[in-house]
Amino acid sequence: MKIIVLLKRVPDSETKILINQEGTGIREDGVKFIINTYDEYAIEEGLLMKEKAGGDSKVTVVCMGSDEATEVIRTALAMGADDAVHIADATLSNPGPFTTASIMAKVIGDEGFDIIFCGKQAIDDDMAQVHCILAEMLDIPQVSVATAFELSDDAAKATVSRRIEGGDEKVETSLPVIVSCDKGLNDPRYASLPGIMKAKKKEIKKKSLADLGFSEVPGGGRSRVLKWLPLPKGGECRIVEAEETPDAVRELVRLLREEAKVI
Amino acid sequence: MDTCQYGGGEIDFGLSEEQKVLRHSIRDFAEKEIRPRAQELDEKEEFSIELTKKMAGLGLFGIFVPEEYGGSGMGYLSYIIAVEELARIDGSQAATVAAGNSLGTGPIYYYGGEDQKKEWLPRLCSGEILASFGLTEPDAGSDAGASKTTAELKAGEWVINGSKIFITNSTSEMAAVCTVQCITGKRPDGKKEISCILVPNGTPGFEAKKMTGKMMWRASDTGELYFDNCRVPEENLIGSRGEGFHQMLETLDNGRLAIAAMGLGGAQGAFELALRYSREREQFGAKICTFQANAFKLADMATSIEAARNLLYKACRLKDAGQPFSKEAAMSKLYCSETMGRVVDEAVQIFGGYGLMREYDIERFYRDYKLLTIGEGTSEVQRIVISRLLGCYDE
Repeated sequence: MKIIVLLKRVPDSETKILINQEGTGIREDGVKFIINTYDEYAIEEGLLMKEKAGGDSKVTVVCMGSDEATEVIRTALAMGADDAVHIADATLSNPGPFTTASIMAKVIGDEGFDIIFCGKQAIDDDMAQVHCILAEMLDIPQVSVATAFELSDDAAKATVSRRIEGGDEKVETSLPVIVSCDKGLNDPRYASLPGIMKAKKKEIKKKSLADLGFSEVPGGGRSRVLKWLPLPKGGECRIVEAEETPDAVRELVRLLREEAKVI
Repeated sequence: MDTCQYGGGEIDFGLSEEQKVLRHSIRDFAEKEIRPRAQELDEKEEFSIELTKKMAGLGLFGIFVPEEYGGSGMGYLSYIIAVEELARIDGSQAATVAAGNSLGTGPIYYYGGEDQKKEWLPRLCSGEILASFGLTEPDAGSDAGASKTTAELKAGEWVINGSKIFITNSTSEMAAVCTVQCITGKRPDGKKEISCILVPNGTPGFEAKKMTGKMMWRASDTGELYFDNCRVPEENLIGSRGEGFHQMLETLDNGRLAIAAMGLGGAQGAFELALRYSREREQFGAKICTFQANAFKLADMATSIEAARNLLYKACRLKDAGQPFSKEAAMSKLYCSETMGRVVDEAVQIFGGYGLMREYDIERFYRDYKLLTIGEGTSEVQRIVISRLLGCYDE
């Protein structure tokens, strides 16, 4: 069985994010980057399915990101994935979901697959679109926000549970399929020390857009991010104090009328 | 976590990808698996087989042993980063791992014969069993040469008599063997001939008794060992007769790096607790970290931790490069443990009254620190080692 896991390198959720001066991205100095939290469930599920299917099953990680993303790829390999494709190209800055999906569809098509696991969304831009577009491009079923995954004995179909308001939804799907993973699906393993040593010898195929046969950024003319802006600062809070409450109310009304000019 | 404490470019400056992935994985493990249990295990003075097995599952008991003996074959700096990350959360679990590697597998791997390595290392590295190092005696602490435990060769067997004290990883159901330092005779120059001998737990005449009532490392396993006409085969000798003292000195050099890592990790953990608390706690209508008295404390903590880390990592890099590192190891042990002392003291001060309460982790850090200036060579002994290597006492 051939399993693909999609991976994204994102800032740690506990890191304080600052937008750069040009508004084209975040300030990366001193920021700790991690594997997208939901992608960890995808890696673990991929490894579990590989262990279950046995034989010459294989887990291939596909990650699009800067050169620094090798660290999170190596972590996935240390957890037990077999090899990886790293799409890194200087022309790719802030790619939209259509662009990402177009490139990944090419890589996945070249690699071949039975199941694709990915996180339900990236915790940085929260778009949750790539897997939907990928399903469309690859013309395969998609099951989103999975909290349980069970492969049939003949590995021809799978039963997936989805947590919905007030209950679980059980879905049966044929293979190949793309499944986006949610918390609760499994307990992701930690990269062990022997795993880290083995990962050093595993192959990471690095691909540029040209390597993949693209002469320009695919889907670049569709939607694109114009600018990132910091949230407006919250206004200062003023407390109107007076000995007697009616006096405070009078003062508050005066301020609302004369200073704030809202009444 | 705040970026100033764990920025990609700060702690991990100059580290390999392997070491970064390792730090991240052990940090994640320690946060999720150890932190929730540390306080309870400390309170109950309980050595957790379950946690120890989980740490073993990550490969934490065979870090620098080559793959052919079941280890991971990582360098010493990687080992030290792993201990640092465990100590950032809990001293007891870090102690179990540090003793397991430096004192348990270390002597067998570095000085053991091929048969001894094959017999013990795979099970030690997998964490099926633990080994201990029997050096300290009730009347021989810093003065290790004053030890009294003897081993006499009789009819192809060593007959061991004596006792050892404060021996980590020596009494739990996982404890399988102890490297015991014994007097095996007299050298031609009249001095004691000291040798190390492997004594499996459970050998008749060998009793390992758990020591309780510790101030620190309460969730680690510490034992008192008694040898009463305990007999083991002659081939249990590690290396050759008379090499024991040298083996012990080298083992302690390595061990010092691990104790230093516990000081560094402990200081880092205590600092982070204090920084976080001072950013939440309000007095006089302001966060207490904005009072310069506290802000300067935090600045001093961060500065000395940074210096400690650079010193320790340098000592590890010297060892990994096969260069002499005894002086830097002693300096690291001295500086990192004393740094943790200053950091926990100021951290508790920042916590005020809450810092004195068991339910706050900082209280455990305050107690756990104290071993570090005493175990594996007191701060005073480190200063002797350093000043001797500086040539102070040369004629």
